[in-house]
Amino acid sequence: MAMAETHKSVTGRYVVVYIFILAIAALQFVIAYSNITAPQMFGRMLFLAVVEATLALLFFMHLSDNHGLLWFVVIFTVFVLLAMQYGWTDSFRVLLGAPWSNYTKY
Amino acid sequence: MSHADTMGGHAALMEKPAFSVPAKKMAMWLFIIADTATFAGCLVAYGFIRNATPDWPRPFHSITNVAIMTFILVTSSLTMLFAMDAGKAGDKAKAFRWMLITAALGALFALLHIREWMGLIDEGMTLLKNPWGTGLFGAAFFSITGLHLLHVTGGVIALVAVAIRYQGGRYNADDLEVTGLYWHFVDLVWMFVVPLVYLLNLSH
Repeated sequence: MAMAETHKSVTGRYVVVYIFILAIAALQFVIAYSNITAPQMFGRMLFLAVVEATLALLFFMHLSDNHGLLWFVVIFTVFVLLAMQYGWTDSFRVLLGAPWSNYTKY
Repeated sequence: MSHADTMGGHAALMEKPAFSVPAKKMAMWLFIIADTATFAGCLVAYGFIRNATPDWPRPFHSITNVAIMTFILVTSSLTMLFAMDAGKAGDKAKAFRWMLITAALGALFALLHIREWMGLIDEGMTLLKNPWGTGLFGAAFFSITGLHLLHVTGGVIALVAVAIRYQGGRYNADDLEVTGLYWHFVDLVWMFVVPLVYLLNLSH
């Protein structure tokens, strides 16, 4: 009986997270049609994508149940993702001639 | 006969698995971390060329197709969880059914994706050129979505194969969980592909 109830609550949690993820995805589509600049749009959409991914990692992939594995995955992945960001200033250099110096024109 | 007996009483001396996670699940996590780097590399490279290219095309007129695809893929993650839960509860028939439903949703996603590709190709888009702007767009778009589509296709094949082996008694609930991790990862990647590749390239 207690096991059946636990199973029911776990299924309920999955459905709640699923609805949240769909709602956040819908919000991204709304932002796509909003009247804001491209960098603002990029920032907001990326933030929402990170929230969606965090929900999926914690509840769909069950990282919330294993904190040791959670930290292992997060530290490893975040380090790799951050290391990849070093090249962005160069994309502005390609576009504008020098990194950040003409950013206001952009 | 217990595991300790088969190990000649040495089981207690064996090192515990890292993070108390079975080896095959840990292997899948390591694959996911490595694959995250692959997709992130592609998306960062895409962001770089998009940022550095003034005449970047915005060819998408409608979000309907990509919205339906997103709904299907996120729903398939939920059905995968139902399969894993049924597997843990020992309900083989139910787990098998949910696995096949997940595979069917994955196949539907792949078909919609291919249909979208065909539409873009019909409009004149190739890897090297397109009618709207820089030719880099086609290479970036087909590379990123193609890599994701490859993962979805591989996932659908894996889901069917694991479901059949699970039904036949060769695989257990742990194998469903490992396959589920992969499938959720494919869904997770799509959460980044949609805004960066589709929504930011929407024509207003």
